[in-house]
Amino acid sequence: MPHTPSLSSPRNQSDVSESAIKLQRLVMGRSTDDPEKKIPNRRLKDVEICVPISYGTISFWLGRKASESQSHKWTVYVRGATNEDLGVVIRRAVFQLHPSFNNPMRVVDSPPFELSESGWGEFEIAITLYFHSDVCDKQLDLFHHLKLYPEDESGPQSTKKPVVVESYNEIVFPDPLDSFFARVKDHPAVIVPRLPASFNLPAPVPIENAKEKKRGDTKDHPLNQWFVNFSEADELLKLATARQQVQAHIVKLRRQLSVIDGLPRPLKPASDE
Amino acid sequence: MDAKDILGLPKTPLTAPQEKKSRPQKDSQRKPDGISREVYALTGGLAPLMPAVDVSQLKRRPQSDEKVTWQWLPFTSSARTDNLQLYHWVRVVNGVPPTGDYSFAKYNKSVNVVKYTDEEYEKYLTDPTWTREETDQLFELCERFDLRFIVIADRFPSSRTVEDLKNRYYSVSRAILVARAPSSGDVSGHPLVKEPYNVSQEVERKRALSMILSQTKQQERKDAEVLAEAKRITEARIAARGAEESDMPVASNVSPESNEKNIIPVETVSPSSNVQIPPTTVAPPTSTADDISTLNSLRGMRVYLRTYALEQMVQAASSSAGLRTIKRVEQTLQDLGVNLKPKVPTKSVCAEHLELRKEILTLLNLQKQLQYKEAEGSSHRDGSYVETPGTPKRSHRTGEQDRTFIPDSISFGGERVGKRDQKRKAPAPPSPAQSKRPRKLKASD
Repeated sequence: MPHTPSLSSPRNQSDVSESAIKLQRLVMGRSTDDPEKKIPNRRLKDVEICVPISYGTISFWLGRKASESQSHKWTVYVRGATNEDLGVVIRRAVFQLHPSFNNPMRVVDSPPFELSESGWGEFEIAITLYFHSDVCDKQLDLFHHLKLYPEDESGPQSTKKPVVVESYNEIVFPDPLDSFFARVKDHPAVIVPRLPASFNLPAPVPIENAKEKKRGDTKDHPLNQWFVNFSEADELLKLATARQQVQAHIVKLRRQLSVIDGLPRPLKPASDE
Repeated sequence: MDAKDILGLPKTPLTAPQEKKSRPQKDSQRKPDGISREVYALTGGLAPLMPAVDVSQLKRRPQSDEKVTWQWLPFTSSARTDNLQLYHWVRVVNGVPPTGDYSFAKYNKSVNVVKYTDEEYEKYLTDPTWTREETDQLFELCERFDLRFIVIADRFPSSRTVEDLKNRYYSVSRAILVARAPSSGDVSGHPLVKEPYNVSQEVERKRALSMILSQTKQQERKDAEVLAEAKRITEARIAARGAEESDMPVASNVSPESNEKNIIPVETVSPSSNVQIPPTTVAPPTSTADDISTLNSLRGMRVYLRTYALEQMVQAASSSAGLRTIKRVEQTLQDLGVNLKPKVPTKSVCAEHLELRKEILTLLNLQKQLQYKEAEGSSHRDGSYVETPGTPKRSHRTGEQDRTFIPDSISFGGERVGKRDQKRKAPAPPSPAQSKRPRKLKASD
């Protein structure tokens, strides 16, 4: 079940030590959790753990320093929608770039899951998220189109104002393992439902000790100021208004229909009298 | 001649010396007697292979050897029991008047009312509520009036209801029939025996009929509305039951924390939504079988994105709709100012979005239904009138402009409802001019 890291694949970040730590972790995990591992972990039915994320690109024009092949400097990233540390859920992010790049498959093993590069062209970046073993053994794919040039082409490009494109989404884990639930239930990056107090959860087992060296949240990220603030209130308001209108129409039509249905010819509705 | 060709008969030779003969022959072939040339030409100018109508019969005149006169003669009818002498015009041929009974005498049928003897009465027919005399009177009247019970009831000396009289008559006849039959098997096929008269049922039936007949228009309308409402409710219940049944095997393996799922939507919706959705006629989000199966398939995945889940649910909800309907839904969403794909797809936003789409689908369906019904109704009444959206036909009613059809593209978004109404009033013709039409329609009913 656990994903064995392969030490032989080329990586941009040297993380031989990290993989060693991982191996250690697994071994540790196995020995300490042994009695629990013997019993297969329970899945919490009708519970979903939700991780709101925001992913996208920020691209700066290099201005004077721009060359033919490197006109923009851009960063692609996956962050928590509230800038919390996603490392609690995501183990690794793989960014698949355009084949014209050196080593187009870039692997990021620790939060913040981001990648910076420079280039001249726009293309689609495929982001594959791998989760921790107790979270999910399936990967999740996201796609994002890298935008370098602003919408309105009026005026010269500015080196100060970047082109920012972010998408909001939520990763949903249905029927999660109770160990996963126990581990993340108090973490700010994750939305979990409230379980009844009497519910038995296993003692949370933290995954990483070494990761505490580097902070995984993006609250003080250098590009912080450009991050988009997503608020559902606006959308909810619009939706609620729309629903009201539609429902009012439906009521009217229903009344009209029921009058016609019962009679050979339509008559006045009762409200007219 | 082509006809002879088809039949395979030898052609009549038209040689030069026979021309004179052939011409009159041809003439008569060209225009047969009895019908004019133009009429004959309608058939294509050819004689039909098997003439459907005997052409020679078409202008048949009475044979010259017959001499027909019409005479005012007396006649008798076997249907009359008195010896009344009546007269009528008679077609006399060659001085010979027609023979035979009066032609309408055969229609003088009467009912075979049973006749019972005294013993039979004593044995089978006594009844506490009926005296011998009354029964006799009844039967006499029945015979006299051929079982016209309305008349009989009117003439009956003591006042009895029609149902009562019928009941007595039929039960007596039945008893006699059964008693006189050599074996019960013989009469079991007889309608009197097979289906005896049911007094209480008849009384009820007539009462119900009279109630319906005497309903006022208002009551009629109210009944119609209630029935339509009831039908809709039963249909909704059946649908819900159907959905439930498909849900049962899913719900059966639910674990203790299942009710948390219900609490979650409430928790996320109420704190985050600042808008109070009025609970008047809002239908609670109903989950159909499609929804449930989609939810199940989502749960089978170990991980998925909220947008993916929404896409699946939207697809499931529109599975029964055609491409054009889906386009119309999207158009409506745009008119309402809603993004086709939510910009911030949180759980609650996605749920609201899905419900909105479903409601729009319902709205479009209802619109379609309404249009069909109106078209049906108008075509029944009066073929010449065509119901077009926006033409208020019966607008002699004041006020309610909203009764007019909502055109295909609902004008939402920005326009205030009041404005919309004002715009509608302009094209509507003034009410006094309208009054003629409804009257005409009423007359044609």
